[in-house]
Amino acid sequence: MKENLIKYILGVSDNSLILGQRLGELCGHGPNLETDIALTNISLDLLGQTRNYYQYIASLQGEGKTEDDIAFMRSEREYLNVLLVEQPNNHFGFVMARQFYFDVFHVLLMENLQHSNDETLIAIANKGIKEVSYHLRFSSDWVKRLGDGTSESHQKMQEAIDGLWVFTDELFHLTDADKHMIEEGIGVDVSTLKEAYYKKVSEVLTEATLSVPEEKYFQKGGKQGIHSEHMGFILAELQYMQRTYPNMKW
Amino acid sequence: MLRNRIKYIEFLVEEKQHIEESLIPILDTVSDPEIPVLTILDMGVVREASENMGVVTIKITPTYSGCPAMDVIGDDIIAAFSSVGKEAKVELILSPAWTTDWITPKGRKALEEYGIAAPLNAIADKEALLGNKKLVKCTNCGSTNTKVVSQFGSTACKALFKCEECQEPFDYFKCL
Ligand SMILES: [Zn+2]
Repeated sequence: MKENLIKYILGVSDNSLILGQRLGELCGHGPNLETDIALTNISLDLLGQTRNYYQYIASLQGEGKTEDDIAFMRSEREYLNVLLVEQPNNHFGFVMARQFYFDVFHVLLMENLQHSNDETLIAIANKGIKEVSYHLRFSSDWVKRLGDGTSESHQKMQEAIDGLWVFTDELFHLTDADKHMIEEGIGVDVSTLKEAYYKKVSEVLTEATLSVPEEKYFQKGGKQGIHSEHMGFILAELQYMQRTYPNMKW
Repeated sequence: MLRNRIKYIEFLVEEKQHIEESLIPILDTVSDPEIPVLTILDMGVVREASENMGVVTIKITPTYSGCPAMDVIGDDIIAAFSSVGKEAKVELILSPAWTTDWITPKGRKALEEYGIAAPLNAIADKEALLGNKKLVKCTNCGSTNTKVVSQFGSTACKALFKCEECQEPFDYFKCL
């Protein structure tokens, strides 16, 4: 039970950690000051949520574990985030498409996690839902603005929407730990969110004058710890300080 | 880790604050490090404050999940009580989640005077941030002829606005 619960929470929270890290890479590199600040604010929200989850996991693990051990001291195969969030920043259209695809899912997940049996997860979701609603508003806004913008912005947004589409289906896969936690009334059965997800995505894309991809081939693996070639580089940067100076504090 | 002085994830059952009268003067000396004109009581982040056997226990709730000010606030509370010879323990609670409704009238006034527009109600907030309606009042000239520049401002809790009357940019504290 405890092991499954920990795995379940990692499956939820590693998405926020890795996407937060990806957005953090853009600090000082946003297309303009306001957008730069917005991206790092979203990153901060996600990392804040991650801390809440990891503190909870650390308390479940006991043995003097801290949130830092969970963030920094695991190997690649132990991270359970979906492939979507580890995709590179590429151009700004990709940053917004990745964010949009994740935010639509994240809002649905938080809404449902509020009905969990686990009071810590409820508390984290209650807090997070308000933040992720702002994220979705921001990313939808950009998808629409770029999709319905100039012919170049339209083409680039479509390219990103098409390119990242193959990673959307994995959001709804269930791991064994997920299934156990759904049975316990703790986890959210994400497979039931799929319809609402694609409906919302289609609505926004249509409003953005973008075409909804029809590709039926999807990529998966992250939830099982099998990551893309990008993951190692993310972790190298993320873990550098803790690996170089073990147990460092500031 | 700065945070190891603070204990995490505790729950309050009630939304109501429980602050012992005698502790208010000390708590009122601790301000929000990001908005120094607001004390933590004005912000509504202190949910419980009690003293038992000479040890003060303060429960605070974060404004946003990733609010970096919470670490500083925790340390400042401990320092404020220590300066009057009291030991304080700070606990961070996540539930019930903080809302901008908990900012006191005095706090809202202080925000406006500082140049940050106070949060509107949830429906008006959405309309204003989506740019559908002009509802946020310029803190410089009072005009509502203002427009949203960015939904995310200098900190996670604020959005950036610009007044089209007097051209002044200003922050708006988002409804949460
Ligand atoms: Zn003005």
